[in-house]
Amino acid sequence: MKRVLYFPGCALKDQAQEYERATLAALAKLGYKVEELPRWNCCGTVYSLAQDDLMRHVGPVRNLIRVQEAGEEKLLTLCAMCYNTLHRSAEFVNDPENLRRINAFMDDEEDYRGGVRVLHLVQFLAEEIGEEDLSRAMVRPLEGLRLGAYYGCTLLRPKEVGVDDPDRPEIMERILQALGAEPVLFPERVECCGAYLTVTRPDVVRERAGEILLSAAEAGAQALLTVCPLCKFNLEERRPLGAPKLLVYYVGEALAWALGTQEIPEELAKSLTGVMS
Amino acid sequence: MDEVQVKVKPEMVTVYIMGQAYQVPAGLTILKALEYAGFRLVRGVGCRGGFCGACATVYRLPGDYRLYADLACQTTVKDGMYLALLPSTPAERRSYDIRKVKPAGETLLALYPELARCVACNTCTKSCPQKLEVMDAVQAALRGDIAKVAELTFDCLSCGLCTMRCPAEIPHYHVWQLARRLYGAYLAPKAEHLHRRVQEIEEGKCKEELERLMRLTREELRELYKAREIEPE
Repeated sequence: MKRVLYFPGCALKDQAQEYERATLAALAKLGYKVEELPRWNCCGTVYSLAQDDLMRHVGPVRNLIRVQEAGEEKLLTLCAMCYNTLHRSAEFVNDPENLRRINAFMDDEEDYRGGVRVLHLVQFLAEEIGEEDLSRAMVRPLEGLRLGAYYGCTLLRPKEVGVDDPDRPEIMERILQALGAEPVLFPERVECCGAYLTVTRPDVVRERAGEILLSAAEAGAQALLTVCPLCKFNLEERRPLGAPKLLVYYVGEALAWALGTQEIPEELAKSLTGVMS
Repeated sequence: MDEVQVKVKPEMVTVYIMGQAYQVPAGLTILKALEYAGFRLVRGVGCRGGFCGACATVYRLPGDYRLYADLACQTTVKDGMYLALLPSTPAERRSYDIRKVKPAGETLLALYPELARCVACNTCTKSCPQKLEVMDAVQAALRGDIAKVAELTFDCLSCGLCTMRCPAEIPHYHVWQLARRLYGAYLAPKAEHLHRRVQEIEEGKCKEELERLMRLTREELRELYKAREIEPE
């Protein structure tokens, strides 16, 4: 078993437990001993855009120090928001002056020395494991399933931390293909779901969710796959009346179906054409 | 009887109490030093044994930038110490009906939304006289792990020092109390034997005995008490 250090984030321990459960079981099947980062704290969401608001970077950098303490250089994340915040803070402290001030403030921890690489699950699957090994480990190809990968924002933007081309990403499609499914491209796949406006302006989010669902359904998707608990919430809970009732799953769940660690939901299982093993 | 003359002079240290210098004997606790200096403490003092959390104190030492926090009854004075008592920390306890709230993170966040302002600066942990992992408890609260919050804050004295220092203005000790109540009401394993005992009593197990006692005179009760069976130690 290969060891990999993993940062769950708050949502995966609360509202998005199914994402964690499915993914960890699937990664174990792929030969990875996934270890939860000891004493992790909130990633710091949302990433602070104020350059002088150093306090906002203390939380994320403290997590990077925990990685350093564990003697690792890589940190796996599943939530797109955590990935974004942690990765951007890791970039932020590449500036020696920023690093010096953060370290001076955190006199209760060892100094952060830099160099931790924050990885998202889709990078881990496509680059670390690779499509060939994914296909090889598959016991139940998702043949016949037309799945739309919904990227949203935080996995792709800003492009310095994006896991792929922010306008024409294909990393999730490559994973879906490796798992035997038919990836469906749709115009709204990289557009914003409305994110936190869901609290103050649910009307805006309802409009966004409607556009995304319609766009995916018109392109022929049977279900949507996401990597973000907030996107999932918005697509499900802010769906306007009359918009297509597309089911939304996490990428980790699709992985678990194909690797046989989790049953394919009934609504989708009936359209499978591949030979079940 | 002749008075014994104590000739040994105690070693004295200088402490600054709210800006004013006082000579006090070394080895006194901050609380006793305050009284030695002539302060009559009405608030900011309680059990004097490190349990009640009433005597929260902050101090600095010469040549050290840190602001230390501790209980005045548990900390001895040091030469050059600058100190001030914090007898009370203003913090609002939100009202809730424990029978109507869920043991979930959303309950904590709905009643104390400021929890989400935590930036993981760890100032709370550094200010805790009980050496609790206060920030870890805030983080556990954010991810809805009520049992973990209850466990991490079991020894909280509600002294308020973390609450006074927190840049996110979280009223920690009220959140901890809510979490521990939720834990006790919904998550802790139920004491089955206690439940059975209550049931027995409700079904009248001790009724007769109790009624007999109620009919006795004061004198008879006294005799009965004296003749009670005492378990051997």
